[in-house]
Amino acid sequence: MKLTIALFGITREIVGAPQLELSVPEGQSVQALLAQLQQSFPALGQLRSLAVAVNNEYAEPGALLQERDEVALIPPVSGG
Amino acid sequence: MLIQLTDQPIDVAAVLQAVQADGAGAVNSFIGTIRNRSTGRRVVRLHYEAYDQMAVHQLRKVAEQAVEKWPMLQEVAVVHRKGTLAIGDVAVVVAVSTPHRAESFAACQYIIDTLKEVVPIWKKEEYEDGSVWVAAHP
Repeated sequence: MKLTIALFGITREIVGAPQLELSVPEGQSVQALLAQLQQSFPALGQLRSLAVAVNNEYAEPGALLQERDEVALIPPVSGG
Repeated sequence: MLIQLTDQPIDVAAVLQAVQADGAGAVNSFIGTIRNRSTGRRVVRLHYEAYDQMAVHQLRKVAEQAVEKWPMLQEVAVVHRKGTLAIGDVAVVVAVSTPHRAESFAACQYIIDTLKEVVPIWKKEEYEDGSVWVAAHP
């Protein structure tokens, strides 16, 4: 299935684009997606934390992704 | 409940006005402003970036959690700025109203502390000789 990953802040700069189109196995887990991304972009692995948001909520590592999900990488937040 | 993410300067008086309530004996607010120094370096300006839709959703959730924890909350307002900010600019305003003061301090602090942990907003500090995404690296 195809996923579009939205990127912000330092993850946008690491990848060099505001979003990333990926082909992943059907029912890919959040954890596996992160592993795949960190392999492609090793600098992602050096962040203090890296979360995945699915449909505006933080996703657990074991959560399974679906093609229509709105997925985003969330590097350490620093609002306020 | 007023929840807003804006690229325009925040009108602090308007945010305080938004939490006026007849049942309130206390209005408490936190105003986050841009500081000129960070970890010993002189800050020139800050760039705030947000995942707009999730940021608004999470801001609302934080405010709703505060209402659950302090059911006596009369009104809650949270307005966060994004875009490029200069020293002294207002980055965020949290305001709450409650019947008595103790809960207003607690709820206001809970909202700003939790916002800083969960709301997908990022700031990049710009110095005279470079820039850094705050808290990105260990």
